[in-house]
Amino acid sequence: MSRKIRVVIAKPGLDGHDRGAKVIARALRDAGMEVIYTGLRQTPEQIVSAALQEDADVIGLSILSGAHMHICPRVVELLKEKGLDDVQVVVGGIIPDQDVPRLNALGITGIFIPGTPMQAIVDFITGHARARV
Amino acid sequence: MKGVVHPAEPARAGASERPGPFTTISGRPIERLYTAADVAGLDYAREIGHPGEFPYVRGIHPTGYRGKLWTMRQFAGYGTPEETNQRYKDLVAAGGTGLSVAFDLPTLMGRDPDHPLSLGEVGKCGVSIASLADMERLFDGIALADITTSMTINSPAPMIFAMYLVVAERQGADWQTISGTIQNDILKEFIAQKEYIFPPRPSMRLITDIFGFCAKEVPRWNTISVSGYHIREAGSTALQELAFTLRDGLEYVQYGVDAGLDVDDFVPRISFFFNSHSDFFEEIAKYRAARKLWADAMRNRFGARSPRSWQLRFHTQTAGVSLTAQQPYNNVVRTALQALAAVLGGTNSLHTNSLDEALALPTKETATIALRTQQILAHESGVANVVDPLGGSYFVEALTREMEEGALRYWETIDRMGGMVEAIEIGYPQKEIAEASYQFQQAVERREKTIVGVNDFVQADEKPIAILYIDDTTAERQLARLAELKRTRDNDRVQRALGGLRQAARGRDNTMPPLLECVRAYATVGEMCDALREVWGEYEETPVI
Repeated sequence: MSRKIRVVIAKPGLDGHDRGAKVIARALRDAGMEVIYTGLRQTPEQIVSAALQEDADVIGLSILSGAHMHICPRVVELLKEKGLDDVQVVVGGIIPDQDVPRLNALGITGIFIPGTPMQAIVDFITGHARARV
Repeated sequence: MKGVVHPAEPARAGASERPGPFTTISGRPIERLYTAADVAGLDYAREIGHPGEFPYVRGIHPTGYRGKLWTMRQFAGYGTPEETNQRYKDLVAAGGTGLSVAFDLPTLMGRDPDHPLSLGEVGKCGVSIASLADMERLFDGIALADITTSMTINSPAPMIFAMYLVVAERQGADWQTISGTIQNDILKEFIAQKEYIFPPRPSMRLITDIFGFCAKEVPRWNTISVSGYHIREAGSTALQELAFTLRDGLEYVQYGVDAGLDVDDFVPRISFFFNSHSDFFEEIAKYRAARKLWADAMRNRFGARSPRSWQLRFHTQTAGVSLTAQQPYNNVVRTALQALAAVLGGTNSLHTNSLDEALALPTKETATIALRTQQILAHESGVANVVDPLGGSYFVEALTREMEEGALRYWETIDRMGGMVEAIEIGYPQKEIAEASYQFQQAVERREKTIVGVNDFVQADEKPIAILYIDDTTAERQLARLAELKRTRDNDRVQRALGGLRQAARGRDNTMPPLLECVRAYATVGEMCDALREVWGEYEETPVI
């Protein structure tokens, strides 16, 4: 039996610009996934805890403020601590090219900058979240 | 135009059109042709008026930009106060005529650099300001008596404004004559940008405290910049931006009146801030309709007698959300067209975005191109020679009228809910915007709306451009300074001042005098906001998808 892919969409940090997070949450839901949107200003601890409680396959982080190099490593580290290494982490927002290799090294390969078609994000998540389903 | 009716030209037999749809970026259908028939019902003298005359559709100044060009006010801020101070000096040297401060997220959210939620955010999206000491560094060598400063700050607006006033005082500048703007618009934070701290009602009280304080102490200060910019960036249509922003304005006026203030004492210091998006004529119609809506509402709804209360003044920023990370040089062209729309709509001041802002904060070079764009418009294009050159265009007048009517319909809905605070509490504008933004994104996905370089005319193998990269040295430096400040200031005085602030917040006294004492004692933004959090609590929204 396959179940729907479960995605936690989170807005970490202090930024309140949630247009992208909300549009993506809705697009993933329309694509047949179960989507949990955490709301604003979540710490990495809260996000990982939500992923654990919701039995998430994917965590989508929306970060436009430049704090991604602090938040992403912390989320990955906490996932490891909780034994959730198989949860796929993807990031959307304003991510400078020079940070991409360092995010890749953390295992984050789904990095979506402004202008990414929603279908590309849906396809990426569908292709990478299968392991847990 | 009244009485002159020409039937619309019939479509020529066999003339074909592209498949369309022919709609604005907000999804509004546009006719093939507009004629005198579309404006036949308009009474020029009563409903449009000459520039400088009620209801100010054609502008608030009889001479338009022949009298005074718009203020070229470039929003800037990053890193430490010293770095931003240098950027301001560069902008002034390049011919900028006003300052506009961008604060970092910890400052905007009333958190000090050492708060856990500030991790990775210090100095990233703007300048880090924790105390009066930082504000003194920010304006070092800049005479506040001689320049106007706009500060984009909302929840902590009273704290930051108090810091500015103390810096001005120490420079010897007179509060009675200095001028500038604080954004101070909390309603659009609940609606769109989400940089709120306290619940709506105490937040509104802080704003009316500033209205009351400034009417006496800082009479030339623009106490609020009622902002549609963020509503639009969050995905609203042009009409929603217009309707919600002006309805926010009415809410502030109502709260001011309810607090016992005379309309003509504080309304002239209310200004507005709009987006300029990519649909050229829709934007121009939006600005023209805004002036009429405000003039009518101030005169008829609130009984304002002073023409200065009727006249809507506004700043414009080109649409950040329209900038693309792909083929970023195209953004110079987008910004130029958006800036032209703002100018043809009669903006009083303007910020033009830089080409690299879908990627990072702008570099000095790209910020200069953005300013040059305005200078080319002002000094080469000839558009500043004539007032409201599009006045009388069948299309523009008809679209202006439609925008006005659409906004009035939204106002009726919000009035029925009891007002904007009540509408926000039930999530009404939030839902309208979320829906519009999703519809737009769907239209882009279906390629009904073309974004050059993104969903059409895409270029493989693009070369990356050099961007401004802010590293973590700012955070380290600001943290060290904050620790030093807390060691060296008079901490007893700080605690007494914070106690005075709490007391004012619990009662009804104006909060500005105790905030000024906190600032003089070098209390931090985080400490002042925490004192108010203790009294009023923090707001948490129910997210609407």
